[in-house]
Amino acid sequence: MAFAAFTTNAAPVEPTQRRKSPIALFLLLPGMLYLVLFFLTPLVSLLLTSFQTPLVNGDVGQFSYAFQWENYVQVVTDYWPHILRSFGYALVATVLALAFSYPLAYFIGVKARKWPLMQSLMLVLVIAPFFISFLLRTLAWKQLLSDESFVITSLKALSLMAPDAHFTGTPAAVIFGLTYNFIPFMTLPLYSTLERLDVRYLEAGNDLYASPFQVFRKVTIPLSMPGIVAGTLLTFIPAAGDYINASRDFLGGPDTQMVGNVIEANFLVLLNYPAAAALSIILMSVILVIVTIYVKRAGTEELL
Amino acid sequence: MKISLGKWLLPVYSALALIFLMVPIVYTFIFSFNDSLKSNVAWRGFTLDKWLNVCTVQNGAVCQAFGNSLVIGAVATVFATVLGTMIAIAIVRYRFRFRTQTNLLLFLPMATPEVVLGAGLAAQFLALGVPKSMTTIILAHTMFCISFVVVTVKARVSSLDPALEEAGRDLYGSPTQVFLRVTFPLLLPGILAAALLSFALSFDDFIITNFNSGSVTTFPKYIYISAARGIPAEANVIASAVFIFALVIVVTAQVSKAAREKRLARQN
Repeated sequence: MAFAAFTTNAAPVEPTQRRKSPIALFLLLPGMLYLVLFFLTPLVSLLLTSFQTPLVNGDVGQFSYAFQWENYVQVVTDYWPHILRSFGYALVATVLALAFSYPLAYFIGVKARKWPLMQSLMLVLVIAPFFISFLLRTLAWKQLLSDESFVITSLKALSLMAPDAHFTGTPAAVIFGLTYNFIPFMTLPLYSTLERLDVRYLEAGNDLYASPFQVFRKVTIPLSMPGIVAGTLLTFIPAAGDYINASRDFLGGPDTQMVGNVIEANFLVLLNYPAAAALSIILMSVILVIVTIYVKRAGTEELL
Repeated sequence: MKISLGKWLLPVYSALALIFLMVPIVYTFIFSFNDSLKSNVAWRGFTLDKWLNVCTVQNGAVCQAFGNSLVIGAVATVFATVLGTMIAIAIVRYRFRFRTQTNLLLFLPMATPEVVLGAGLAAQFLALGVPKSMTTIILAHTMFCISFVVVTVKARVSSLDPALEEAGRDLYGSPTQVFLRVTFPLLLPGILAAALLSFALSFDDFIITNFNSGSVTTFPKYIYISAARGIPAEANVIASAVFIFALVIVVTAQVSKAAREKRLARQN
């Protein structure tokens, strides 16, 4: 059910059958107008807010419209470690999620084709984490990996971890949480391309004396590229903006705060709206640049 | 030996990977039976109390939050499903100007981090002086669900055979009759999938909600607020119940789909 978006095989549409009709406008207008009002204008609002200046003799949280571009210099000076950390953590988590998900998606999509019921039940297990609260899942890991937990005490007993070391509150814990939480977003698009993979191409590779590794590198990977692109984007974008995993009450600590944490703190706690807005604009711009370059280089522009 | 190892490596890995994905779910479920006090961290013994008296803790704060989440999810799902389905039909079936721009405007909300969506809407509500309430949360959720509805329903519209609608017209069905008796029933599975997806996205959303909720508490927000001082086991009860409910729906759908396909295969 959920994420049918990534798992449905749509037949290609004949563009010649599309008609021109006033009905199209009637169908499109309400929804597109909604997106203009509640997606596009908020972005403009965010841009305007990011240049605001504190009101003279005003209270905390009172600002007036201006062109205070120094806000950007200020937030980059104050928060560049958070910005770098966000993209660094998101990148590592995306690579880990890809490494974790590819073999799993390959098994479900290619090897399990003979047993359709088992295939769909395995898919259900992949999306099962979505049915339980994101926050509770993350808190469960916090308890399972706390200093007193079975996993950590065992690691310490086996001298695989220093006796005074912690796991929760470290960058490794935050990256672990991000990886875990976004694995389904990686596995589903991978599955949906691998499921359509024609195994005869792999057999052809074998017949032409390619080693299994060569077949994988030269045939399987290129054919599953759309899934890899979609999966990495669906993991990287939300991971870069996430602030739950890095939050102190969850898997993070004082030294793991990401850009999402400082946006939240500036907007909701410090009431420094221009700083939060400037950070949001920076986050969004960097992501759009990365996505555009990545999609162009990977050569699949048909994401929607 | 080498061959059998290679043969078993992938299935064993996949089984372990799926077990790994289940670990926090099982943990949450087990701790819904914990005879805990204020915070639900150490295991203190088995009890059914939390399941039987979910709504009594903190004067029903958990249930209140859960109820808010259900209402918000239901209303946002209806809005997003109607608006998104209309867009999906238009995109597949009709020619219109600004096609590229329309696709871009539908893709961008999915490529924008939630924290930016949340802060943007909050900045707009602030600038317009709109107080935060259930309504602002519903407006926000509808916005981010629309694109996902379009993608889901679009796939279904694309796979629809236009010959079926032509047959309806040939049999003197009016455009309304053709839509209601032919097109809509055929699209229904896609629309239902989109609605379930919307509800799931809305129900579990925290980041956008946090920016636009003011004093209204949803279920995820309740957990976030309580995280510092300890989450009562009742939250685990609600999360586990929702999980089981969703799992039953999905598994039933999958099993009946598999059974139907098997039956069709036998007939051919």
